[in-house]
Amino acid sequence: MEPIIKVEKLGKKYLINHEDKEPYVAMRDVITNKFKSVFSSKKNTQLHKEEFWALKDVSFDVNVGDRVGIIGRNGAGKSTLLKIISQVTEPSLGRVVIDGRVASLLEVGTGFHQELTGRENIFLNGAILGMTKREIEQKFDEIVDFAEIDKFLDTPVKRYSSGMYVRLAFAVAAHLEPDILIIDEALAVGDAAFQKKCLGKIEEVSGHGRTVLFVSHNMDTVSRLCNKAVLLKAGTVQATGNTDDVINTYLRSDFGTSARRNWINERHVPGNDIVKLREVRVHDKEFVLQETYDITKPIGVSMDYEVLKDGDVFTHSFKFYNQQGALLFTSHDATSPMRNQLRSKGIYTTTVWVPGNFFAEGTIIVWLAIIKKDPFKIYFEEADAASFTVVDYVRGDSAREDYILELPGLVRPLLQWQTTKI
Amino acid sequence: MNNRIVLEPGAKSKNYWKDIWTYRGLFYFLAWRDILVRYKQTAIGVVWSLLRPAITIAMMCFVSWVFHAQVPDGVPRVVFVCTATLPWLFFASAFGDVSNSLISNANLISKVHFPRLIIPVSTVVVSLIDFAISLFILIVLMIIFRYAPDVRILLIPVFMLFALFNALGIGLIIATLNVKYRDFKYIVPLIIQFGVYVSPVAFSSDYVYQRLPVILFGSTFLPKVLKGMYSLNPMVAVIDGFRWCILGSSMVIYLPGFLISIAVSVLFTILGIWYFRKTEKSFADVI
Repeated sequence: MEPIIKVEKLGKKYLINHEDKEPYVAMRDVITNKFKSVFSSKKNTQLHKEEFWALKDVSFDVNVGDRVGIIGRNGAGKSTLLKIISQVTEPSLGRVVIDGRVASLLEVGTGFHQELTGRENIFLNGAILGMTKREIEQKFDEIVDFAEIDKFLDTPVKRYSSGMYVRLAFAVAAHLEPDILIIDEALAVGDAAFQKKCLGKIEEVSGHGRTVLFVSHNMDTVSRLCNKAVLLKAGTVQATGNTDDVINTYLRSDFGTSARRNWINERHVPGNDIVKLREVRVHDKEFVLQETYDITKPIGVSMDYEVLKDGDVFTHSFKFYNQQGALLFTSHDATSPMRNQLRSKGIYTTTVWVPGNFFAEGTIIVWLAIIKKDPFKIYFEEADAASFTVVDYVRGDSAREDYILELPGLVRPLLQWQTTKI
Repeated sequence: MNNRIVLEPGAKSKNYWKDIWTYRGLFYFLAWRDILVRYKQTAIGVVWSLLRPAITIAMMCFVSWVFHAQVPDGVPRVVFVCTATLPWLFFASAFGDVSNSLISNANLISKVHFPRLIIPVSTVVVSLIDFAISLFILIVLMIIFRYAPDVRILLIPVFMLFALFNALGIGLIIATLNVKYRDFKYIVPLIIQFGVYVSPVAFSSDYVYQRLPVILFGSTFLPKVLKGMYSLNPMVAVIDGFRWCILGSSMVIYLPGFLISIAVSVLFTILGIWYFRKTEKSFADVI
């Protein structure tokens, strides 16, 4: 069968302005540079630009009725790929052949106008997504029903709660009838019940023989929704095929996340002009790096960062997610004395210890950030910074004791139990 | 297959104008949005569409009066100024809106595919409606001063079309440049502020031709070249034409200048669309 989307050796180049590595810029240099750029031709200004390939040599096929998940860490080129397929931007190399009408939902509520009512926005948004007035009128009641906003139909959307806003936006997009539906992270918002409804709708859409392309960070959603997946890393395809295999490749392999990752030679270093991330490590209590941990043993997560400016105060934060993307807990630095002190320039390391008998079995993914508490500001954050696997060996000393079947739950603490006869 | 799309670098859409036609619904809804939003959360709402031109007319009358600018015989000064202020205001607001249209719809451009030309063109509708409302002032003035126009008034749409061309042509160039260099956001108000005095709003172009040589050289003779240069402003033909439609034979029009001005109008329109089409594919990457 002819594929409905054929991506062939696709490449996308961006020109980024070259950042000056000098710690300070002299006024004299600025002026001379300005003069140089005024009097010289294009050749000279090209020197300040740098090519950056967001996608390189990407090829894959999508068949009719496939639900394809596109996964990869931030900056891997997922959004660029969707933008090209949705015709928002043009490829620099290669080509895409599409046999059908495409509708894309790259952002929830694109084109919604705050001052307009829900009713007015349904028409406006529908038109933006490519529906005709007749189509919108036909689907109007269905859309209102799906969004559960009938009471607020004539209220400006600026008065809507964020949940209502998202519901309405998704409802309009969900009632498009394209051959190919492209969705980027659109479901990351909204309450659980509505997310479930959205997923149901997408399944229904693909059930009618339509093709879905779906980008998400939530592996659980991808694995439930998609039958195929494409893994991108640094603009290239690393794996394609069956969803579960691709997700496993992503989570397990060293290019997904691992017990150690450093940013010293990377292009996009998380950070700002005050502090920059250098390295993340997951280790046992002797600081030995490991990928796999006994459930009963404590686990340390360390981040190294460089302070570039004297005299600032900031603190650290970690979040831990499971393989399904569920947030297990957040931990702010509430104990280390350094969190309240003025920093001087230099390299620091901070470690958080998670006790044994706390995580459940499975892959744990680490999010980290450096934040300023007052006024609140995130200096940098990095999702999927590191990952490790927790294993319960069923020796009888964990919460599992000797029970060998599935033991559900997000965490698995070993708690004190007391039983007495009264 | 019938609706196969091939996305390639530099691929030219064969159906450029046909695509725009299929998206006419979006044109309608974007214009409708701009109209609905126009006077939200204002106390007097649509009255602004009358108040703003009325105040500008008063101001321009004052300027015209202070300079003792000559008005054709039998034409009240306020009617004379009004006939130029209305098309000028239409141009100024349409030009300003078109110039900012792309960056104010940046989220649409970077997230959704549709013919980009729809955005700037649809913003003109609001200015057109404002213009239609402001014509009410002209009608009232003509009734007060018992000034009856002749059949030439039917030609007004022709000159409005040229005003539209000017706003779109120059606006598209600035809008496109605006995507990359936000400097133009600050240049547009300057052009509008300056333009009202460069264009024959408070003075007739005939009066400019008479007074300019006196001011510049102390003689009453103005070389043809300078007359032609003044007509490079494409709004000269629009305003002169508009006045001619309403004031009739009392208006003196310098025909070569008028034709130059019309030609500049057409040139800007072609240039604007050409530059827009040349650049539009990179909008989403740059904006």
